[in-house]
Amino acid sequence: MALAGLFLLLFLPVHLAINFLLLKSDPDPFNRAAHFMATFPVVKIIEIVLFAALIIHFLSGIYLQIINWMARPVRYSVASRTETFFFSKFMIWTGAAVLTFLVIHFFNFYFIRLGLVEGNPEDFYSVAHDLFKIPEYNIIYLLCFILLGLHLFHAFSSAFQTLGLDNRIWKPVVDAVAWIYAIVIPAGFASISLILWLFR
Amino acid sequence: MKFTLKIWRQKNAEAKGAFVTYEIDDISPEMSFLEMLDALNKGLVEENKDPVAFDHDCREGICGSCGMYINGHPHGPVPAVTTCLLSMRHFRDGETITVEPWRAKPFPVIKDLMVDRSALDKIQTAGGFISVNTGSAPEANSILVKKHDADEAFNSGICIGCGACVAACKNASAMLFVSAKISQFALLPQGRIEAKERVRSMVEKMDDLGFGNCSNTGACEAECPKQIKLTNIARLKREFYKAL
Repeated sequence: MALAGLFLLLFLPVHLAINFLLLKSDPDPFNRAAHFMATFPVVKIIEIVLFAALIIHFLSGIYLQIINWMARPVRYSVASRTETFFFSKFMIWTGAAVLTFLVIHFFNFYFIRLGLVEGNPEDFYSVAHDLFKIPEYNIIYLLCFILLGLHLFHAFSSAFQTLGLDNRIWKPVVDAVAWIYAIVIPAGFASISLILWLFR
Repeated sequence: MKFTLKIWRQKNAEAKGAFVTYEIDDISPEMSFLEMLDALNKGLVEENKDPVAFDHDCREGICGSCGMYINGHPHGPVPAVTTCLLSMRHFRDGETITVEPWRAKPFPVIKDLMVDRSALDKIQTAGGFISVNTGSAPEANSILVKKHDADEAFNSGICIGCGACVAACKNASAMLFVSAKISQFALLPQGRIEAKERVRSMVEKMDDLGFGNCSNTGACEAECPKQIKLTNIARLKREFYKAL
């Protein structure tokens, strides 16, 4: 779960860097980057690992959640008032929201490349620009990235704890990096959406 | 002080339980929560009613016997105290206090607020010990231990096994308990000899007994009356990976 999650965390900055090319008025750099990601053999291998990580992360999350629900068959009548890491309590729900967005995202882009959905796989620049003109799409996009940020904040520090890499010296550092990562990455994606929606 | 108490009453493990409301008066602010329950039970006995069953023993915060879920907190709203050391002055006069037993599949209710916590004993007996010959105590300085390691082992070893970590965790995970028991041995040279078998056995037993998984919410640390730290869980993970 943690290893698969950490691998997914490595992919997001790469995706974000490519997405920033959408802000250029010339579609060529983005389309060439998208083409490179779709055809370069090493990236194709990483793509398989990425999908494996996604499936493992999703299935182990569901499996662990079911065990966790089963571990307390009778709930408390008074809701817990314990102060906890706030976002940690909603990981299954923020994860489900991100997964829902991924399905939409696959329909809009990845399935075009596979030929399952109509569209030009060599011009994802136009596909993206057309999508960001739709207000409803932008709202869903922004909402999903807020939820992704909440998911990432706990995910980052939690993965280090699960892998046993947490101690009193490193915990503040890991938590600080988690905050930065959970804000910068979703804010980066969201800013591209907002710029294309409101200023182009 | 007077209080309205909503207490979980359940005849036995098979019976269906329900909350029963009691009004109680003449409670001194200096009384502990258990002494308040004693006063309630005295009244119930005088009325020929069944007293509320709850676990207790030392009443000085070291045995880990007492434990109940009070107004959404294991051991009540005051950090770092057990129920027996929780004073009634921490509640408002006239407050309604809801008292429930620990809720977890491996902690079945025996009666009222008493739960069977032998699951924690089963984890302990699965490996939470060192194998040494009996006899007189060896010379304390024959095996030197770093001060830092000794302090850390002590900080883990003070876990009283009350089960508040399980009760607080939204997943009913016993990870903090197990990690404290693993850590107290893992940090000392005497414990290293059986470290691999110990962590494998204790984690396997914990999973078999139906405890949930740790999702790092930090509820266990927040509610632990002995303030056992989450860093123990990271150590447990390290020990487990080393034993694979």
